Amino acid sequence: MMQAANSNATETGGTHDFVTVFVGETMFGLAIGRVHDVFIPAGVTPVPLAPPEIVGLLNLRGRVVTALCLRRRLSMGPRTEDGAQMAIGLEQGGETFALIVDGVGEVLKLGADTHEPVPINLDARWRDLTLGVHRLDGRLLVILDVDALLAFGANHRTAGAA
Amino acid sequence: MDDLLREFLTESAEHLDTVDAELVRFEQDPNNQTILRNIFRLVHTIKGTCGFLGLPRLEALAHAAETLMGQFRDGMPVTGPAVSLILVTLDRLKAILGDLEATGTEPTGSDDDLIDALDLMASTPIAAPTPVADIKLPDPVVRELKPGEVSLDDLERAFMEAEGPDPFDAPVAAPAIVEPVQEAPAAPEPRHSPPGPVPAKAAEAPATSEGEGGISKVQTIRVNVDTLEHLMTMVSELVLTRNQLLEIARQHDDSTYKVPLQRLSHVTAELQEGVMKTRMQPIGNAWQKLPRVVRDLSSELGKQIELIMSGAETELDRQVLEVIKDPLTHMVRNSADHGIESSADRKAAGKPVRGTIRLSAYHEGGTITIEIADDGKGLDLAAIRRKAVERNIASQADLDRMTDAQVAKFIFHPGFSTAAAITSVSGRGVGMDVVKTNIELIGGVIDINTQLGRGTTFTIKIPLTLAIIAALIVKAGAQRFAVPQVAVLELVRVDKATAQKVERINGSPVLRLRERLLPIVTLTGVLGQEQAADAVDSGFVVVAQVGRQRFGILVDEVFHTEEIVVKPMSSKLRHLPLFAGNTILGDGAVVLIVDPNGIAQQVSQGSQAGGVPVEAEVEETEAADAKATLLVFKGGKGSYKAVPLSLVTRLEEIESAKIEWVGGRPLIQYRGRLMPLVPADPSIEIRSSGTQALVVFSDGERAMGLVVDEIVDIVEERLDVEISADRSDLIGSAVLRGRATEIINIAHFLPLAYDDWARGPKKADKRSSTLLLVDDSAFFREMLSPVLKAAGYNVITAASADEAVACLLSNGRIDVVVCDLEMPGRNGFDLVGAMRKVEGRVAGLPVIGLSGTIGADAIERARTLGIADLVAKFDRSGLISALAELDVASLAVAA
Repeated sequence: MMQAANSNATETGGTHDFVTVFVGETMFGLAIGRVHDVFIPAGVTPVPLAPPEIVGLLNLRGRVVTALCLRRRLSMGPRTEDGAQMAIGLEQGGETFALIVDGVGEVLKLGADTHEPVPINLDARWRDLTLGVHRLDGRLLVILDVDALLAFGANHRTAGAA
Repeated sequence: MDDLLREFLTESAEHLDTVDAELVRFEQDPNNQTILRNIFRLVHTIKGTCGFLGLPRLEALAHAAETLMGQFRDGMPVTGPAVSLILVTLDRLKAILGDLEATGTEPTGSDDDLIDALDLMASTPIAAPTPVADIKLPDPVVRELKPGEVSLDDLERAFMEAEGPDPFDAPVAAPAIVEPVQEAPAAPEPRHSPPGPVPAKAAEAPATSEGEGGISKVQTIRVNVDTLEHLMTMVSELVLTRNQLLEIARQHDDSTYKVPLQRLSHVTAELQEGVMKTRMQPIGNAWQKLPRVVRDLSSELGKQIELIMSGAETELDRQVLEVIKDPLTHMVRNSADHGIESSADRKAAGKPVRGTIRLSAYHEGGTITIEIADDGKGLDLAAIRRKAVERNIASQADLDRMTDAQVAKFIFHPGFSTAAAITSVSGRGVGMDVVKTNIELIGGVIDINTQLGRGTTFTIKIPLTLAIIAALIVKAGAQRFAVPQVAVLELVRVDKATAQKVERINGSPVLRLRERLLPIVTLTGVLGQEQAADAVDSGFVVVAQVGRQRFGILVDEVFHTEEIVVKPMSSKLRHLPLFAGNTILGDGAVVLIVDPNGIAQQVSQGSQAGGVPVEAEVEETEAADAKATLLVFKGGKGSYKAVPLSLVTRLEEIESAKIEWVGGRPLIQYRGRLMPLVPADPSIEIRSSGTQALVVFSDGERAMGLVVDEIVDIVEERLDVEISADRSDLIGSAVLRGRATEIINIAHFLPLAYDDWARGPKKADKRSSTLLLVDDSAFFREMLSPVLKAAGYNVITAASADEAVACLLSNGRIDVVVCDLEMPGRNGFDLVGAMRKVEGRVAGLPVIGLSGTIGADAIERARTLGIADLVAKFDRSGLISALAELDVASLAVAA
């Protein structure tokens, strides 16, 4: 099935690479062009009074990076299992963010043939943050919209406060 | 493009900017030869270089402009149109330079229109060379003019223009002059230094150095900005590395490292400072274009606008400067366009025809504050509210809840413009949101203060987020934070066991520090974190000062100070006012930099968890209130007497010889009026020789001099007054500084000076209303009742809210209630709340609140309770006028 998808893709011409990450049992895909780093987050400094999605700040090779919890961003329940988390380095507007996830999988090359639009019955919060779904062998891959993921917090809040 | 050309372009651009600013100055001050010479020289330099580089078009234009300016130099009157023409020429020069920079060659085109106009202007026969130009007075001593004073220049000019024996002189000079007297505040500046206005001067330094001789020529070089930036980055890294080394050295007690490390540390610090310095530029550089902008706008809009700039020498990082340059220009344009009214409107509003825009900059507690103030019409908040609803930016319900300050901030909303008509200047609704975004980009904040009819002030605060700062590393809860050293005054260790312990007033922690109470917040508290109940009792208090506010931040531990590289907060976190940024410490950890300004706001809002805000504030003011400031003097047989200082207008020592006796009463001439003198005690004899000490009290236009033997001291003490009933000249006695002191009753003396003072001039036409005065302090009751009686009221007093309620219910004749809002137990608000619930007449009685401090909370609460007015406790005349206003209001209702 996977092979079939890929061969189809080569026929239709357009394939995209995605880095897969996990939050709980769900698998998400991030466009590989947006992923700058994959690292193990350490020494996170919490920021009091920050929006709940923000875990804190961490030092990534001399740069201060804002760590963002994908689980909280997607309003998923708190983590139950233990184990080290992983971070995906993303950039937007000259700033670096670290997206904290439960685990990082492989890189998948996927074509348009497995792509589906976002199901309309999906939670509204998820609908705004996803670009689509890929039907994979035995599981689904939810493609995340990186820009939408990072569009939260300050702007909305200050507008409300002003 | 070759280096020579590039050099020429940079230089010429700077020269032209300078000429721009200088010309505007020159137009206002056409007799200033220094400015003219400077302009002439700069244009000449441009012309000469153009000829050398083979740029005929530029050369021809510059030549024509120079010719006209040469005419000025030879005495041709400086007229507005002539200056405008030169300014247009400069713009053309700039446009050509811009093309030259882009393409490397001079663009084709014709400048005949301008050259012809310039030649025409220059060839206009000089009707009468003004002799004015030749007169050069020695520079007077430089100092700021006081309001109402006129600079020597203006006097001189006014003199020259006056119709004199030379009949042909005046008409020629006249058109050049625009309202000489009103220019006074701006005029003295050129005298500070030969090249002209302060902002221009600063920017000019590198540009003019060539012209001023060879001495300074070798001392400045141009350095590519990128090179500097790179240097700065490297130094930042070096600082971080040094910090890491220091951290390692702290952990390993190996002394062999210590000396070289110290040396390294020292050199790094100096290097850092040096590099920082290269990046600093006076803010005047960003202002340089503004005089021209305002001048052009004035003529375009037909308004008279004066731009006053101060603090142009305030230095800030060039990166910050670049970012705020455009927003500042935009805001000044806005002020000129929207803020300042047309001359006709201003005249109608009784304002000076000439509007003023005041631009100032100064350093304040680690931030740079820039203010743009106009004396125009102010923001039309009603219109903003309407528009906000129209544009669906906010709902009516939201708007109703918003304060004026919040409403004013809507102008920063994208696409929001209140200008009735779109002018070419502004009103397109782009701008203010961009301004705000730009300022916030560098971590700054912008605030508006507007008064309808009076003007608008924009305050921009830019934290020095791009700099390296010294910070104190502290620990609060489980986390470390950095506190900028600039805001820290001292550190105090507090412990339950020692003398320095934290005390509480209704749950709000305070610390006694050298006879003053210092409000304290816990860092964990303001950060909204859980804290143990006894956490307040031990740790370190970081005593901080922001503006005039002083407060203590309680932390658990203090580590050391460290030079930190301030990194701006993430855009997602920039809305948190408590943090100025973050940094990476020597051990690699990220810590947050606490913003003392943000904490100061929290302190004053009292929003820290654990304390009920309003109560806490009231309690604090009570603590302060009980302390009264009194003027102590000797009066009569060496006894000490005192009077609340707040009632005193002035202290005077006069020559006894100046005392005059009229009809057996002593008087002196005081500030152009006769002021009666009254001895503070019958036993005091008015001296006939030497000097006589007076305590002056005044009420409106009247003043009275209380004759005392000697003014002793001003003391601030908790007052415990024992009321004396038998003497009307005394309220009672108290112990001040260990001495028994009599507190005098001023109300007793006023009628001695003016027979009608006590009765009050307004008494006759007013029916005698009955007033209930509620105050827990006997001192204030005694103080105020005579004053109120004097104003024509029957006064009933009550010492508590309960007593007042009883009084109100039993006495149906009470017309108005004056009530102290800060009383122990049930306070004034409770009383008024209770009154409003009572049925019948009492519920509707007007109330005036007395308060030690009038805060926003109190005003809000007072409004909801229908309290007619709030008056500061000692403000006697304020109380009387508030009462008078009530009378007017009730008369209006009756009619």
